[in-house]
Amino acid sequence: MSKTIGKTRKVSISKLFVYLLLFIAAILSVFPFYWMFVMAANHNSAINAVPPAFIPGKQLVANFQNVLSNIDFFGAMWNSLIVATVTTAGVLILCSLAGFAFAKFQFKGKNLLFVFLLVTMMVPPQLGLIPQYYIITKLDWVNDLKAIIVPGMIDAFGIFWMRQYISSNVPDELIDAAKIDGCSNFRIYWNIAVPVIIPAFATLAIIKFMYMWNDFLWPLVVLREESSYTIQIALRNLIDNYVRDNGMILSGTFWATVPLIVIFLLFNRMFIQSLTQGAVKS
Amino acid sequence: MKGDNVMAQPQLQPQTETKPVPAKPSPGKKRPFFHLSERKKDALSGYLYISPFYVLFAVFGLFPMLFSFYLGFQKWNGLGEMEFVGLQNFRFVLSDPIFWKSLFNTAAIGIIGTLPQLIIGIILAYALNSALLKFKSFFRVSIFMPYVTSTVAVAIVFGVMFNSQDFGLMNVVLNWLGFDSVSWSTSEWGVKIAISTMVFWRWVGYNTIIYLAGLQGIPNDLYEAAKIDGASIRQQIQYITIPMLKPIIILTVFLSTIGAMQLFTEPLVFLGRSFREEGITVVLYLYREAFSNMAFGTASATAIILFIIIIVLSSINVFFTNRIGR
Repeated sequence: MSKTIGKTRKVSISKLFVYLLLFIAAILSVFPFYWMFVMAANHNSAINAVPPAFIPGKQLVANFQNVLSNIDFFGAMWNSLIVATVTTAGVLILCSLAGFAFAKFQFKGKNLLFVFLLVTMMVPPQLGLIPQYYIITKLDWVNDLKAIIVPGMIDAFGIFWMRQYISSNVPDELIDAAKIDGCSNFRIYWNIAVPVIIPAFATLAIIKFMYMWNDFLWPLVVLREESSYTIQIALRNLIDNYVRDNGMILSGTFWATVPLIVIFLLFNRMFIQSLTQGAVKS
Repeated sequence: MKGDNVMAQPQLQPQTETKPVPAKPSPGKKRPFFHLSERKKDALSGYLYISPFYVLFAVFGLFPMLFSFYLGFQKWNGLGEMEFVGLQNFRFVLSDPIFWKSLFNTAAIGIIGTLPQLIIGIILAYALNSALLKFKSFFRVSIFMPYVTSTVAVAIVFGVMFNSQDFGLMNVVLNWLGFDSVSWSTSEWGVKIAISTMVFWRWVGYNTIIYLAGLQGIPNDLYEAAKIDGASIRQQIQYITIPMLKPIIILTVFLSTIGAMQLFTEPLVFLGRSFREEGITVVLYLYREAFSNMAFGTASATAIILFIIIIVLSSINVFFTNRIGR
């Protein structure tokens, strides 16, 4: 009798410990977002005081107006949106076509080309940084979003991912049958493969969009003029001012972060699955 | 017409099923314009569909990489004539104390930012995986949320938290606990701890979810059997969980190592234009050489050295993976 009581108590204590641990982790994960909001809503003097403000103040609108007078916030958000959307759309088309070819067609040198593709994934992107910049200047693409979009279309992982998905989800029999009916290869891709690989599209789209939205080093190198800044470069410029107005800086950062967080919260299951699946599968 | 095709399919399937690959042209089929065989048509489509990647890669990937190896032996400011200088760039970089400092910083931040992350990631995943846990989805979403935040935003927010003044949040906490304020943005280890914290915070949830996926792949029978044999929770973790998680642990170590070597955004945003020695990383050193000092030759030499370091680290990783795998 006493033994069972002891056991349940032990179980509930370990359960409590698990909840406590996860609760602390959740608080520490979410706190910086709250902190960002607190500071976005406070005057710089309230932030730079001992102790600093811990609850939101009344400066939310005023701080954001300061952001707008310092950087072209909406222009930069728009540039980021264009870069991320166009690149993602391009990558979905190019990678699914190439993945389809690698999965379903026979041609000379296929295996060698595929191995080459895998090897390119191992090379750190910084290796070619300087000549890449040189090419962009020669093409006169500095300060042009093309400089981000066109190289962004190179996505070896996307092709690999699509090939794996198409190999195991698009049956050969279906393709053969369509061929006998006289379907062109592109129609087979479009009418048979594409409808089946929608889930793979979703995964790749989330990974690519996030990557392009957050990319920093390459845009920093090729986007020199304010009109071409993506939001990440614009945010960095906010902190480069001589007078550090933390209320304004955090306001810009907060409003640049909110849209992605909202989308993430709405589709959290899909986001988490996509972003981690990509790593595990490769 | 369409109905006919559907009807025709089942009859024709057995024919093609014997060959996994449609290598031979289907007999009796007339093609209107070209008389290419089915095999040639497939090959043509294949090359056509994969060509965009290889063309783009040749221009924006392969050529720049090869050209970096050429530039590494040139003296060039990006505008004037290039001048062949042999190994001078490499000699310059390898004898520059700041380069070694950057390598040390990268390794130090890599270890402080990554190692605790992986350990805590496993613990959190284990907690999240416990049976009958309520609010599981809430915990999962909150822990993963930092990963959705951009690196620049993380660096800005933590930069304000790690303000060196007394009103910086971290110093407020330290003072409250009875410690002195730390000058986070200028002291040797303050800078490293601040940057490591940014890396830790953004990635710990990501690794937790990856470990969680791994844990969910371990069959429950193993735990049941261990429980029947009287294994404690510690023993279960030691003899079932860790060995079964090994491939995923290796994967995360591999990804984190490569990511750590390429650290750039956090130190750049945190340190500003000063490129302070306490926090300069290898990629930051490369960036400074190229776009601040306009020394494209030494920058390229740095890129080549970084490339070699990453290859060596990856090889060590693969080597250990193979040994552990046996």
